[in-house]
Amino acid sequence: MSEPTLYEKSVAGRCAITLPALDVPEAELPAELLRDDLVLPELSQLDVIRHYQQLSQRSFGVDSGFYPLGSCTMKYNPRIGEDVARLPGFAHAHPLQPPESVQGLLEIMHRLQDWLAEIGGFAGVSLQPAAGAQGELTALLMMRAYQQDHGQGHRSQILIPDSAHGTNPASTSMAGLSVLQIPSDPHGNIRLDALRAACDESVVGLMITNPNTLGLFEQEIEAVIELVHGCGGLVYGDGANMNALAGVLRPGDLGIDLMHYNLHKTFSTPHGGGGPGSGPLGASERLRDYLPGPIVEQSTSEDHRQAEPGYRLVRPPKSIGRMCTFHGNFGMIVRAYAYIALHGAAGLRDNSLHAVLNANYLRVLLRDAFPVPFDRTNMHEFVCRGDVGDQSKGQGVTATDVCKRLIDFGFHPPTSHFPLIVPHALMIEPTETESRETLDAFVAAMRAIEREARESPVLLREAPHQARVRRLDEVRAARKPILRERMPHEQE
Amino acid sequence: MSFVPHTGADRAAMLAAIGVEQIESLFADVPEAFRFPVLDLPPARAELEVTRELQEIAAASSRLRERPGFLGAGSYHHYIPATVDSVLRRGELFTSYTPYQPEIAQGFLQATFEYQSMICELTGMDVSTASHYDGATALAEAVLIALSKSAGRRTKIVASPQLHPQLREVVATYLRGTNAELVTPRAAAADGMEMSSLLDDDTAACIVQSPNYFGQLEPVAELADRVHAVGALLIAVPDPVALGMLRTPGDDGADLVAAEGQSLGIASSFGGPHLGILATKQAHVRRTAGRLVGETVDAKGERGYVLTLSTREQHIRREKATSNICTNAALMALAAAVHLATLGRSGLRRVAELCYHKSHYAAGQIATLPGCVINPQAPDRPFFKEFVVGLPFDAERASRAIESELGVLGGRPLGLDFDDREDQLLLAVTELHTREDIDALVATLRKTVSSGSVSR
Repeated sequence: MSEPTLYEKSVAGRCAITLPALDVPEAELPAELLRDDLVLPELSQLDVIRHYQQLSQRSFGVDSGFYPLGSCTMKYNPRIGEDVARLPGFAHAHPLQPPESVQGLLEIMHRLQDWLAEIGGFAGVSLQPAAGAQGELTALLMMRAYQQDHGQGHRSQILIPDSAHGTNPASTSMAGLSVLQIPSDPHGNIRLDALRAACDESVVGLMITNPNTLGLFEQEIEAVIELVHGCGGLVYGDGANMNALAGVLRPGDLGIDLMHYNLHKTFSTPHGGGGPGSGPLGASERLRDYLPGPIVEQSTSEDHRQAEPGYRLVRPPKSIGRMCTFHGNFGMIVRAYAYIALHGAAGLRDNSLHAVLNANYLRVLLRDAFPVPFDRTNMHEFVCRGDVGDQSKGQGVTATDVCKRLIDFGFHPPTSHFPLIVPHALMIEPTETESRETLDAFVAAMRAIEREARESPVLLREAPHQARVRRLDEVRAARKPILRERMPHEQE
Repeated sequence: MSFVPHTGADRAAMLAAIGVEQIESLFADVPEAFRFPVLDLPPARAELEVTRELQEIAAASSRLRERPGFLGAGSYHHYIPATVDSVLRRGELFTSYTPYQPEIAQGFLQATFEYQSMICELTGMDVSTASHYDGATALAEAVLIALSKSAGRRTKIVASPQLHPQLREVVATYLRGTNAELVTPRAAAADGMEMSSLLDDDTAACIVQSPNYFGQLEPVAELADRVHAVGALLIAVPDPVALGMLRTPGDDGADLVAAEGQSLGIASSFGGPHLGILATKQAHVRRTAGRLVGETVDAKGERGYVLTLSTREQHIRREKATSNICTNAALMALAAAVHLATLGRSGLRRVAELCYHKSHYAAGQIATLPGCVINPQAPDRPFFKEFVVGLPFDAERASRAIESELGVLGGRPLGLDFDDREDQLLLAVTELHTREDIDALVATLRKTVSSGSVSR
């Protein structure tokens, strides 16, 4: 049964809130500039609350159950983050307040810049990017600007492994650069011979996710970086999987020039149904001056340029510009600050270790039921195949079928059909906050589903059976898109 | 503090299943020379210690927030009904991710579909995306959509000189990746048609913000005609609260709408997270950046919702995608939806009217002060909730006087944005201000004017 919409519940004359009476004289309204009507729903306050209560019960978050959505790092979101981000001094701070009135907020930003730089091994960090993909775009614009400044403006190519997230090539196009895809080898590493052949005078740089989207650490990472640097290219590390490496390896130590951090993955700010996130960018010494601004700088009493010591917002000298209206997603910055403060260095490392422990445990317990094409010690996630059952007689099932059946067992399905280099991929990321009991229950469900795939595949193909709705017709949605409700006055 | 639930026994059993002695052995692929660095971070602290530290920092910074201030300039203090945060705190919603599995995400999908519907109604457009990061990035994406329409043949983007300077900066940054150029007329014209002379066959789009950075309304409909005459698209940047009472960009002929949605139930939060609204006419739906939720049916014919037209998106089309956006601002769109549902048909109009009347009352009172002029560069243009005060001295002095006398934010001294506007102060008045707040503002300005008009 579908839930009626706000508009369907609307009754003319109802109202969920009262506003104060006008306490000043009325001004003349510009009649020719006024709209005729504004058809918003009319509900009582209880109606509004019940509506969203119903909708929340038709949703699934980390709070609801195990959510092994590979690459997305769906770990527990500590509740302290929700409380501190809502402190009035933060929530009501205006982004253009005089700097002396927000020194504490600037200090939080400054410390987080420093902490992220320390964790990643970078010389500078900008908190501007609002998401990982925007961090990528920022980095590509910086790489391009750097190459132009060094007489290398003719370079136009970005090398991207075939296992990369789709955001990498999409960001490359937005930066006005072209993509050259580099294949993976049978061990799930980037193919060194192909990379060597591609490294020439046309290369702006390489984008590399490490651990890669197979959940595997690039075994030849040092050689990869050397090859790219050798041809004058720069190396961008996609930090989407930094949650396996915090406290384990500082990408900057390997010579990586730029990397974004996903605060909503590694530092567990909530995903919010798809956002907001935050994608700060770290830069090496030679690239830090290109970071987007403003960033926070601390001036000391010896700094004669400044009358007052303290924190201030500055634009790096060769900055590519501004990536968002103000200073970045401060609400996420505070949450990540609290997360790092709670954990310290040892705690961050402990998280990485247990994320990797959990993922290897699942791989080992599932690999005989769901084939793992690149079966070696993985990091925080691994990829197996979901096309199980008897495929020879056309009676098998797809990765999608396995995912939909998992819903009946009370689990959120893993990422499916990605990375593209594994057919019917199921990308499973348990995260460190899940217990052994939860992992064992998930293994039991997966193994039961694999048996069902052999014995009664139709059960999977028609799944889910227990959800509020049955499988949805996505083809129909795309063929004749209905992207908004028809308003009451538009109904025939 | 740790959120890892493993006991020693758990670890031992799991390591045995994997067949290694210790967890560190799983990291053999990581280059040994760099493995397990010692990080220079402060030692871990307990939840109550971190909470106390942040409470203290927040309290020390809250000096200027006891009562509503007069600073707007792109981020506004409006009343946020209690319903909004009550919904945002629901764990099923805020701890979920993009609804890739629609069967267990019908709630968030429906909420987003309803958001899209209400944004279309508010803006007069046909299609609204599920959300973008903020107003500036929504505008940058709208510009890229306009450029893609001509497949790179048109290379000029004309922006109003009265566009928010920081929105302009973000568009300029995004254009670094294209062959297009952002041009802005040197000065505004009295009739608001200063951009006309720059429009030509090479123009892909024209950006007009209304109310503009200075709070004044632009002749969007007339501009739309001129823009369409050269075959370009008009991108309108409205204030969603103003649309509670004013003609919509859709009515005025805009092709794309990009707006900051923070005023719809979202805290200013030192600049983010905010909400990027992007809405288009039907003709541009397949070029649109960002997620879209569509209605469909399930296997039994029941109504349901899914992410749709995803063949435009990066995870399918990779380098040919219309945008790289993945994470967006879904929860902020939910906040806006709850806000609009709470205010409803009469409420948003009422908020808009309160803003209008109160700001005009404030402007009327300030206009009586010696040497103060309202909207000195365009006194005849209508404004909505924000206006410029031309002062007989440096505007920073006035804003600091308001801050020290009243303990509230004293507006935006425009000298911070423009060299030739040092004596101008941008003030925002919303439904939060009482007549007493406004009278106190006027009294403070009167005192400052009478005491300091001689010295600069």
